[in-house]
Order: sequence, then C-alpha cells, then structure tokens
Amino acid sequence: MAEPDTSYWVSTLSRVLYIDLTKKIFWVENREDLFSKWLGGIGVATQLYKEEVPKDADPLSPQNVVIFAIGPFTATFPFGSKTVAVFKSPLNGYFAESHAGGRSAAAMRAAGYGAIVIRGASDRPIYLVIDEEKVRFRDAAILWGMRSIVTVGRILREVTPNPGRRAIMRIGRAGEQLVRYANVTTETFRHFGRMGLGAVFGSKKLKAVVITGNKGYKVPHIAEYRKVYREILDLATKSELMKKYHDLGTPANIIPLNKIGALPTKNFSSGSFEQAEEISGEKIAETMLARRVACAACPTACIHIAALREEYEDEKYFYKIDFLSYDYELIYALGTNLGIGDREGLLKLIRAVEVEGLDAISTGVVLAWATEAYEKGLVSKEDTIVELRWGDWESYIKAVHYIVSQPNEFYKHLAMGVEEAARKYGGEDFAIAFNKVEPAGYHTGPLYVIGLITGSRHSHLDAGGYSMDQKILKAGKEIPPPEKAMEMVAEEEAWRQILASLVICYFARGIYKPPLVAKALRSLGYGMTEEDIVKLGKRIYCEKQAIKIREGYDPSKVRIPKRITETPTPLGKIDEEYVRKAVSRVRDVIIKFLGE
Amino acid sequence: MPSKRLVIVDPNKCVGCQLCVLACSQRFGVAGFNKSAIAVRSAGGIERGFVVIVCRACEDPPCARACPVDALIKRRGGGVILNPSKCIGCGMCVEACDIGAVLWDNEWMKPTICTHCGYCVEHCPHGVLALEEVGNDG
Repeated sequence: MAEPDTSYWVSTLSRVLYIDLTKKIFWVENREDLFSKWLGGIGVATQLYKEEVPKDADPLSPQNVVIFAIGPFTATFPFGSKTVAVFKSPLNGYFAESHAGGRSAAAMRAAGYGAIVIRGASDRPIYLVIDEEKVRFRDAAILWGMRSIVTVGRILREVTPNPGRRAIMRIGRAGEQLVRYANVTTETFRHFGRMGLGAVFGSKKLKAVVITGNKGYKVPHIAEYRKVYREILDLATKSELMKKYHDLGTPANIIPLNKIGALPTKNFSSGSFEQAEEISGEKIAETMLARRVACAACPTACIHIAALREEYEDEKYFYKIDFLSYDYELIYALGTNLGIGDREGLLKLIRAVEVEGLDAISTGVVLAWATEAYEKGLVSKEDTIVELRWGDWESYIKAVHYIVSQPNEFYKHLAMGVEEAARKYGGEDFAIAFNKVEPAGYHTGPLYVIGLITGSRHSHLDAGGYSMDQKILKAGKEIPPPEKAMEMVAEEEAWRQILASLVICYFARGIYKPPLVAKALRSLGYGMTEEDIVKLGKRIYCEKQAIKIREGYDPSKVRIPKRITETPTPLGKIDEEYVRKAVSRVRDVIIKFLGE
Repeated sequence: MPSKRLVIVDPNKCVGCQLCVLACSQRFGVAGFNKSAIAVRSAGGIERGFVVIVCRACEDPPCARACPVDALIKRRGGGVILNPSKCIGCGMCVEACDIGAVLWDNEWMKPTICTHCGYCVEHCPHGVLALEEVGNDG
C-alpha cells in the first residue's frame, strides 16, 4: 500500500464558508490548519467556536455564531450521515452542540465545504441558498410567521434546485419567537433538536438554510476503500449490531425500560407507566407504521413514520392523513412523562410540537413541571389558561401553541425552559433539568446523571451513562466508586468525540470501534494510529470542557433536582453525595487526559 | 452469456439512503454522488416516499438517436454504451430521456450512463433493485 498522505483528503474538506448576515457577504477560507489537526466535525467546530464567540457573548445577539461541520467520513462511508452544529446555547448560556442527519451532511460535502460559519444578524427575515459557488441571501418575509414548518419545507422544495442532493434546514414559529429550546428541522423528520439552535436562527432573522451541490472526491486507495466500505456495510446489514434500530427503531426501548422501572413517568415521579404497552414501539408499528426512511448513506433506516388518519368532524368521509416521525424520546417526553397513553392523542401532540419547531424533550419536561405546579397550586388557571392534567393531550396541544405565542407571563417563562420557570414560580424540587437543560428519558441510575452533569452538551448520548447503568444492573454488579464512575463516563465521552469528528452517527458506535476507524482513515490516506485517534478524542474532550469552564460552567455547583434522588431507579435511589463526589473530579480527569 | 439489465423491484421499499448512488460513483473511484447513473429523490417530500430513477435499457434508445456525434452506441440487451472520446458534451441525450435517467457529470461535462453492471444491487440493503436477464428478443 502507498505511503499515507493525509493532506490530500484534508484538502477536500478544508474549505470553510463564512457568511456574515449583518453585511450580507460571504467568503471562503482554506482551514487546512484545523482539518489536519482536528479531523473535522466537533473537533474543528470547537476550534472555530473558540475563534468566533467571546466568552460573555449573549446567545441571542449577533455576537453568537452558528457553525456547521462535517468530517472525513461524511458521504464517504455508511453512517457518515450527520452534521454537527455548534453555537452558544440560549437555554443555558454555554457552548452547545447538536447533531442532525437527513441530507444535511451529504449536501455540505457535495457543496464542497467542511464547515460553514454564520455570523451576525440580518435586519429582516431571510433564508440562505448555498451551492458550490455562491451564497444567495433571499427574502423570507413570506415564510416568516407561517403556521407550519412542514409548509415552509414544501415551499422551499419547490423554489430551490437539485432535489435528492439538497438539505433544507428551517425553523418554525418557535424559533422566530425565541423559545429557548426551539429546534432546527431538516428534511421534515430530522432535527438539530437540543439546546435551542432554532432560537439562535430566530435571533438572526434566519428562517432557513438550503444547501446543495454536486461534488464528489477521488479516493486515494480505491481498492482498500471499497474493501473497508463493504466490511462496514456487511456489519450493518448482516450482523445484529443495528437490528434494534432497523426493526422497531428507538421506540424498541419503551417496554424494556418500563419493565426495569427506568421509564420516566409523570414528571419523573415514577419509573414505570401503566399504559406503556399502548404507546410502545411494537404497538405503534403494528397499528400506525407507514414508512421507514434513512438519512443519506445509512443502511439502517431508523426513522419510523406513522400515518395518522383523521376524519373531519363536520364532513363525513373526508379524511386527512399526516405523516409523523416518532422516536423513543418523543414517546417519553410527550407520552409517559405527561401520562399520555392514548396513541392517537400522543401523535397529535407530537404533530403540534413538530409544526411549531420545538425540541420535544424540553417541551415535554416543561409541560410536566407545569402540570405539577398547577396540581400543587403554585400556579392558577389564570396562568395556565387551560387545565393541565396528566393524560389530557388536548390541553397539552393548546399549551404547546401558547409556549410559542406567549400570551402571558407564565408562558413567557415556560418558553425560557423549566429552570427559569421554576425560579419564578417555585417547584424547583420537581423542575427536572441539569445545567438548565431538560434531560432525555432515562431514570436508570447514577452514571446517567453524572453524564448529564459533566457531558459537554448535557445529552444522554454524550457518554451513554444510561447504558452503563443498565449493564451494571444486568451483571448484578455494585456501582463503581465515584472516581471510577467519573472516569468511565469521561472515557466514553472522549471516544465519542472521534465519532463526532468523522462524523459518524452515534447509533453506529457498535460498528465504528478504534481498529476499524484507523483502517477506514488509512484508506483515505490518513496515517493516524489507533493510539493517535484515542488521544485526539481526549484532547477534544478537554478543549470543550475548557471552553465551558471559561464561560462559567462549574460542575460542582450544578443543581440536582430533589425528585431525581427521591424516585428509585433500578439501581436504587440515586445518592446525591455520590454524584457530587464524582462530578467534582472532572478537573482531575482533564489533567489526566492532557498528561497522556 | 445472456445480457442483463437493471430493474426496480419495488420503489416502495426504498428508504432513501442513496447507498446505490454512492456505490455507482465508486465505479469511478469517487466518494460522493456526482458520478452516479442512478438518482434517488423524494416523491414530493420524504413522507411520500422516494422516486428511484434508473436507465430502462430501451430497445430503441432515444438518447442514442439524439446524439449528433454517435457517441452513444446501442448496447446488447438494451440501453447504450458511451464512447467518451466521441462525446462533445452537448447534453442532447439528457433532454431526450423523458424519465431523467441520463444524468450529467458536471466535472467531466459528459453524461453518466448506466452500464447495467449491478454493483448498486449489491449495495441496496432493502431489495429495491435487481439485475434481470434479458432474452434474445430484448
């Protein structure tokens, strides 16, 4: 085999597109310096963020930027389907990261950019159309305020070129109204969901970003590349590794998590839901599953779409059919955590959240807190406008729209996240958030909580602590000492930085182990060893932690909601002292990683 | 040996992953979508499913008739073979194919022509594509 020459593949990635929304100008810079050192994806985006965002920048001011980045495996290997977005979160004021698939990554690669940096803010609503040569700033006055994000997508599909090789990222009204947990939707069913990227778009008057192109790249060692490619594809389609995601998708988790008592129910007051069966992956698939679709370059097709068929009340034999994607997190946040066991009701609530462009997890947790606050008399009907009761999806649908339209003080606060709402109205003990971020749906045990507190994006997928908890449970083992627990969580998160730099979908983490990653990189000319790669992951982990610490984040001061320690997990009650001991070790972990 | 042609078994099974497109580009040593003779796009929004466009291997191919320099030669079993050294890149073949199966390579400024080799079939995880034997009568 030929000598490794990293520079060639780096040169296919290193064009960074800078767009200034204030001045409505754009330019391209060659950032080989970043792509040769930090691979791509989160590795590079972290460095760009460091260059761009002052530590005191207001997340909703023009000082904030939006960075999109892809990596060497994008549209090159199966599962190279994700784009990493980096920005300062309006939810908690820290460096934030969110991943989405669809065609976003493939389109960026085809347009010829390894990263896109969007600066400043427009004075009027606009959307961007990006291709290989230029950026068009187009008037979005017609799209602004439109009720449904789905309609926005349909219109942009018709007025922009190149179907099939195009991504259409857009915000809904939630983003326009600066709801702190508004999302950015791409290809109708995928989202930059968490941490409020939609509000950052909204603050910049940026309604949508359309990306398209036709570029491909000659591979340096084609025979070896084809071989590794085939190996990955075979692992994906012929082994059991992806089966869960392929068959039922993420909702396959509902029944097992309910069985062990780790499925957050009615604002985390319980770990099991009596109607879980009704809204399980099995049941929805059996009764409503209409189609499965995939992100570009993914053989698994985990996106499950249900058909919701409704008859018009006033006109017999007139029906409408809506297609809605459902995932585990949506079923938890908008189902079990709100006590909703009515399948169709749940899907209608999902539709309301989708159409507005809200993050489903945050919305569900916020509404669960509001329900309990109302139940306990902390807020009145005057505040809530509708009766918020467990299971009452019709009221929740109205509340979702109120979160966006914000007709009173109460909903203005709900739009700021559960932490802000509880600070104003009380009920902090049952306001479920870590670092002001509402968590994903796992009440598995302490390692999950440690991951949420220390994870650089406070996501369940940062380190997968929920999976470690379940492994401990299954093996009947003792919980590790806190120092050890912290290390386990950090090591896993550090490795995932590599996946997020390549950029590979985390669902394929069972396939992309260090030896395979090294082999695949080699076929593209990279000379990195397994050891180099693991080390780089740790470096990126430290870089991200350092940025957040600079911005004021202190893991030892994070509020741990009482409810989390009161409701038993399958591993018993979570001991706050244990968690505090573990997370206070983050700095030691950073020092250790940097010394390696 | 009997000739073969690429056929679509069931477009409803297509999940839109475009691995066939990536596979097709690999024939030219390329990672990406630009050297593919297959196109996959949504049927008006992903919720409506996908359109998969492949060469139908016409017996009397309009693309060949449209070519002013005889760069497209009829293939045994249907469809055409491109002689790139004759092709002047006029794009008449693209216009001539009503189903849009003659795709365009912006880099080489020539059409991308399906050779009915079946490499994409091996890469489709969901059985959307197949290679079919063509009888002597085409």
